[in-house]
Amino acid sequence: MTPPRRAPLSQALARHLGLALVATLLVIAVIVYAALYLVTQGRLPGGFELTASVNNTMPLALAALARAIVALTRGLDLSIGGIIDLSNALAALYLGTNAASMIVASALILLAGAGLGLINGALVAYGRLQPILVTLATLAIFQGLAIRVLPQPGGAVPESYTALLVNTGAPYALIYVLALMLLWTVLRRSQAGIALLAIGNDEAAAAANGIDPVATKLVAYTLSGLIAAGAGLFLAASATAGDATTGNGYTLTSIVAVVLGGVSLFGGRGSGIGAILGAFVTTMIVNILFFAHIDPLYQSFYEGAFLVIAVVLAEGIGRLVRRRRVQT
Amino acid sequence: MNDASPRDDAASLEAVSVSKSFGGVRALSEASLRAFPGEVHALVGENGAGKSTLIKLLGGRLRADSGVIRLRGAAVALKTPDAAHRLGCWTVFQELTLLPAMSVAENLLLRREPRGAFGLTSQRRLIAAAEALFARFGIREIDPGALVEDLPLADRQVIEIVRALSHDPDILLLDEPTSALMERETAWLFGEVRRLRDAGRTIVFTSHRWHEIAAIADRITVFRGGRDVGSFTTLDEDEAVTLMTGQRVETLYPPRPTAPASAPALTVEGLAGGRLVSASFSLRRGEILGIGGLAGHGHRELFLMLFGAMARKAGRILREGREIRPRSPRQAIQAGIALVPEDRKTEGLLLPLSVGDNLTLAVLGRESRFGVLRRRRLRSLAAAMVARLKVRMPAITSPVAALSGGNQQKILLGRWLLADCAVLLFYDVTRGVDVATKHEIYELMTALAGAGRAILYYSSDAEELAHLAHRVLVLREGQIAAELPAESLTAERIVAAAMREPAAA
Repeated sequence: MTPPRRAPLSQALARHLGLALVATLLVIAVIVYAALYLVTQGRLPGGFELTASVNNTMPLALAALARAIVALTRGLDLSIGGIIDLSNALAALYLGTNAASMIVASALILLAGAGLGLINGALVAYGRLQPILVTLATLAIFQGLAIRVLPQPGGAVPESYTALLVNTGAPYALIYVLALMLLWTVLRRSQAGIALLAIGNDEAAAAANGIDPVATKLVAYTLSGLIAAGAGLFLAASATAGDATTGNGYTLTSIVAVVLGGVSLFGGRGSGIGAILGAFVTTMIVNILFFAHIDPLYQSFYEGAFLVIAVVLAEGIGRLVRRRRVQT
Repeated sequence: MNDASPRDDAASLEAVSVSKSFGGVRALSEASLRAFPGEVHALVGENGAGKSTLIKLLGGRLRADSGVIRLRGAAVALKTPDAAHRLGCWTVFQELTLLPAMSVAENLLLRREPRGAFGLTSQRRLIAAAEALFARFGIREIDPGALVEDLPLADRQVIEIVRALSHDPDILLLDEPTSALMERETAWLFGEVRRLRDAGRTIVFTSHRWHEIAAIADRITVFRGGRDVGSFTTLDEDEAVTLMTGQRVETLYPPRPTAPASAPALTVEGLAGGRLVSASFSLRRGEILGIGGLAGHGHRELFLMLFGAMARKAGRILREGREIRPRSPRQAIQAGIALVPEDRKTEGLLLPLSVGDNLTLAVLGRESRFGVLRRRRLRSLAAAMVARLKVRMPAITSPVAALSGGNQQKILLGRWLLADCAVLLFYDVTRGVDVATKHEIYELMTALAGAGRAILYYSSDAEELAHLAHRVLVLREGQIAAELPAESLTAERIVAAAMREPAAA
């Protein structure tokens, strides 16, 4: 009997279907965007537009990666927006002006984010509470803390910091995107990453294999907090000042990005790279709506409609591929 | 029946007076087990006798309320599966512990992934290592790169077994490892088990198939009601059943009711789809029509198509002479056709709902007035059915999940009895069910036929078909290869027809 082995390419495609779909979606979105740009502006988008898009997307890409890591464990972290707010507010006040203080302050802010994530993780893992409930509560708490830290939008982010994180001259931020993807790849191939996926697949089965669900959840929420704090830093850098309420939008848009990126909110399926690409698709949709001269009032209507269509299509394609896979 | 003589050498695995309760229910009460090196030790007992609970305790999945567990003479605390693993004790649990959306290789090598630079693994390394493992255990049919969720149950069971074997276990615990396996895979497993035994290891396994136990067990411990009732080196099936049930089951199979020569209740003409190439037959009221043959030859498709759960490629289905085209189970039920599947947990019952709710699910429409349920009537219907089926359960309001497998199967049967379906499709309903409950299901089935229901009955156990069916159609390669009338029905003939060997005279 010959083994029913499949070609490596088709196997990889089956395993990374979500990733393939979101990459295709991104290509289509970029083409539509470029076409609209050409029609309305009389030329193709260039380096400036690329730089602006990448810079604009960085906070969302980070928020999406944070969300994906928790989603893979079958969890939900609604507090991401709150952690972004707090890190944003702290950055505006304490970055300082010299290189040393900026580095120390940034590191401390990231650490604070990780600490807040750890609190979420501890409540979920030890308290065995519903993640949605825990993080809805901590979202409000973190938002409150952020307002307390920075009651009025203000503070200042040094120019050099902005130049480093969101350089408007050239798309240096692409380096950060690649670094994020690398971070995910390392995680996915490490024991911690495999444990994340495993408990998202089936917590009881993972535990029977000696994986510690408590430790794994602590790691997931801590990483989520850390990365969300990073999103706050990028946000502060691009606004060159702090605002303790800008994180709000990221709580829900990061869910959109993650779902478009092929990460299942039911856990165990998907990749962080998909979530990052999903963030770029989300940005592109906003760009497309802008150049299509859609009234900003109706923007959320079209975003919602697009999301439903994209998810239904992805599900349909997934089912088709799956049926073929099971038959072969 | 030979009592196990006390042995001089030390036991490799001992459970002494262990107890375990869930809520108020005692699953194990002061149960003991002694297994020795170089021994295959079978645990037998009805569903709910405590076998699986004991195996979970020994595997570190559960902790005993009281009692001592000793490995090689030393008392151990098996707090986690890891603790058991470190002591060389590996378990294949009845509920598989594979991760569905991960690859076979990832599952096989979970937590011991081959690592390269920076301690990171890769799919390529994983697959190479998994291929080496499969080669070591002679597995050639499973693709290490496939996702577990895309594989049939038998393959998953094999993966789970290979994973345990690959740790070169000193003590191997197998909880019903063969219930999902075909004969060839069972033979493979027994080969591996014998190899371990000959190397001086200890293997503990559970099974409801007596011929397997007889074939491989060196020692048999019988469980009843949460405790061990005896340990034997030889034991025949009748003695075992007596011990397991605490009473003598005189005859396992009730007498067949005489089949009336009535008009067909169900006629099938040239039905095809999936692996089923073509099937034509008719089923009369009061008849038990057996469907035999090896799994994978179209049985499943036949049953699913009749129940409207799978699209037909060709063919006609007639109920009482009128053509029906069931396109969903709902339509099939309306036409009076009900299916009792083998996998009651995923294909029939709503586990968290109560016994009563599960029983009355199919009659909610009929038993309501202006859309409002007649609760009192539903309660009395459920109570009457529970009494009729002799369901053993904590209370009618308990969730079905709390019942043993055999009793769950009865609940599903009861649902279709309440729904008054004239045609009952029984698909391997006794798989994984204990002897006493099997006996009750047989009695129920013959009673239903006696009351005029038409029963189509597939079983993977040819012995059952030979004793219960009025005639048996043997499916082979998607077609009816033979029709065996009651006069010439034997398990051997059914198997022979399935294997395309000329039937012995």
